[in-house]
Amino acid sequence: MGEILSGLFTNYYETVSMILFGIGFTTLLFHKNLLKKIMGLNIMDTAVCLLLAAHGYIEGRKAPIVVDGVTAVEAYINPVPSGLVLTGIVVSVSVTSVMLALTIRLYRRYHTLDIDEISKAVQKEGK
Amino acid sequence: MGVFTFLLFVGLIICALYVCFAKNLLTSIVVFMAYSVVMSIIWLLLESPDLAITEAAVGAGVTSVLFFVTLKKIHAMDDRKDTEDEQD
Amino acid sequence: MSRIREDYEKTAWRRLVHFINGDEKDMTEEAGYEVETEATTQRIHDEFFEEAEWNHRKEKADTMLSQYEEWPETKGVVYFRKLYNLIAGVICVAIIALLLITAAQLPSFGGTDNPASNEVAERYIEKGMEETGAVNIVAGMILDYRAFDTLGESHVLFLGVCCVMILLRLDGTESERVKKEAESNDRIYEPKNDAILQCVAKVLVPVIMLFGIYVVFNGHISPGGGFSGGSIIGAGLILYLNAYGFKKTGRFFTMKTFSVISVLALGFYAISKTYSFFTGANHLESFISAGTPGELLSAGLILPLNICVGMVVASTMYGLYALFRKGGI
Repeated sequence: MGEILSGLFTNYYETVSMILFGIGFTTLLFHKNLLKKIMGLNIMDTAVCLLLAAHGYIEGRKAPIVVDGVTAVEAYINPVPSGLVLTGIVVSVSVTSVMLALTIRLYRRYHTLDIDEISKAVQKEGK
Repeated sequence: MGVFTFLLFVGLIICALYVCFAKNLLTSIVVFMAYSVVMSIIWLLLESPDLAITEAAVGAGVTSVLFFVTLKKIHAMDDRKDTEDEQD
Repeated sequence: MSRIREDYEKTAWRRLVHFINGDEKDMTEEAGYEVETEATTQRIHDEFFEEAEWNHRKEKADTMLSQYEEWPETKGVVYFRKLYNLIAGVICVAIIALLLITAAQLPSFGGTDNPASNEVAERYIEKGMEETGAVNIVAGMILDYRAFDTLGESHVLFLGVCCVMILLRLDGTESERVKKEAESNDRIYEPKNDAILQCVAKVLVPVIMLFGIYVVFNGHISPGGGFSGGSIIGAGLILYLNAYGFKKTGRFFTMKTFSVISVLALGFYAISKTYSFFTGANHLESFISAGTPGELLSAGLILPLNICVGMVVASTMYGLYALFRKGGI
C-alpha cells in the first residue's frame, strides 16, 4: 500500500490524468443528460492526452525547437507524444461536433435530452 | 511538485467535478471552457507549446462555441414547442 | 407514355426503391374474401353460444397483456435503473482503482529511463533539422516523417463537416415553414446589429486574422502550425459572423468557397506528398530542398503543407459553426 502511495506521488501527472479519466467516465455513465455525457467524453479525451504528453516529458529539458543549432538528444524532450496529441486534440473537435449534431436531431424529434425518455419514446414508436 | 503546478491540478480537478455535478447546463459549459484554459497552461509546463496554442484555440474556443450553439438551439426549440404541431 | 410508366412501376428496381423509401403501399396480392355458405353460417351460430365464455377469457387476457405492456414503463424502468446504477458504480470504482494502481507502477515521471524516449525520438531530434529543414522538430515530424498521418487527420475533419451537413443541412426538400422556423430560432436570443459587438469585432478581427496567419506561416520555425493557426483564423471568422450576420460573410464565404478550398488543399497535399514519397523511395533527385533552417522560405514542403492544413481547418471550423447556426454554409 505504501509503495503504491509513494508511486502515485512520484507520478503525480499520471495520477491526476487517471483521476480526471475517472471523473469523465463517471459523468459518462451516470448522467442522463446527453450534453453532460458529451462533456464527460471530452474530459476523458483530455485526460488521455495529458497521460501521453506526461510520458514524453523529461526533467530539465526544453521544448523540441532547435536553438543555436544544438541537436543533442540531451537538450530536448521527446517530440513523438506531442505530435500524437496534436492530432488527437483536433480529431476530438470533429467527433464532438458530430455528436452534438446527432443530439440536435434527437431533440428535434423527441423534445428531450434525457436518454431514458428517448428510449421510452423509441419503444412506444416501435409498438 | 511546485506550488503552481499543485494549484493548477487542484483547479483542474475542481473544474471537472463541477462539470460533473452542476445542475445548470450553461454554467457547466462555461466551467468546461475554464478547464480547457487550465489544461493549456499545463501543456506549457510540460514543454509542449504547440499543444498549448492548439488547446487554447480549439478546446476553449471552438468546442465551447459549438456547445453554446447547441444549447441555444435546444432552448429556442423549447420556446416554440407549444406552437409546433408535427415532429421533425 | 403511360404504358411505359406502368411497366416501370412493376419492375423489381421500383419495388426495391419502394422498399428502401419505406412506402406503405402493399405489394402483395389482396386476399380474396371468404364466400359465405351455409356451413359458415352454422359455425357462426355455434360460436354465438360460446361468446359469453369467450368474452370472459378475452378480458382476462387483455388485462394480462396490458400489464405486460406497461411493465417496461412502470416497474421495468425502476428495476433497470437500479441494476444499471449498481453495475455502473462497480465498473467505475474498479476501473479507477485499476488505473491508479497502474499509474503507481509506471516509470517515474520526468525520468530518462522512460520507454517512450527510444531510438525513434533520438533519431528525430538528431537528424530532424538536417533532413527536413524545420527548426520546430514537432512540425518536421508531423508534416514530413509522418505526413501521411496528418493527411488522414485532415480528411477526418472534412468527413466531420460532411456528417454534420448530412444531419443538419436544410436544403430544398425541407418545407418553407421549417426553414422560416430555423431562421427565427437563430435570432431568438440575440439582438440584430449589436453596436458593442460590432465595434469590438472591427478592432479584434483583423488582429486575430493576422495572428492566425502568422502562426500558420511560422509553423516550421516556432510553435504553432496549420492546426493551431487554422483554428485561430476560424475563431476570427466566427466572431465576424456573430457581429455582422450571414449577409456579410456570404459575400466571401459560401458553400462553393468551402468545397473549392477543401478540395484544392487536400488535393495539393496528396499530390505533393505522393511526389516526395515517390522520389524518396526510389532514390531519385527531388527538386524540393530543405533550404537554410530558420528562414521563412525553407523546410521544403512543410510551409505549403502548413498553409493547406490551415485553410482546411479554418474553413472546417467556420463551416461547422454555420451549419449548427442556420443549417447551411
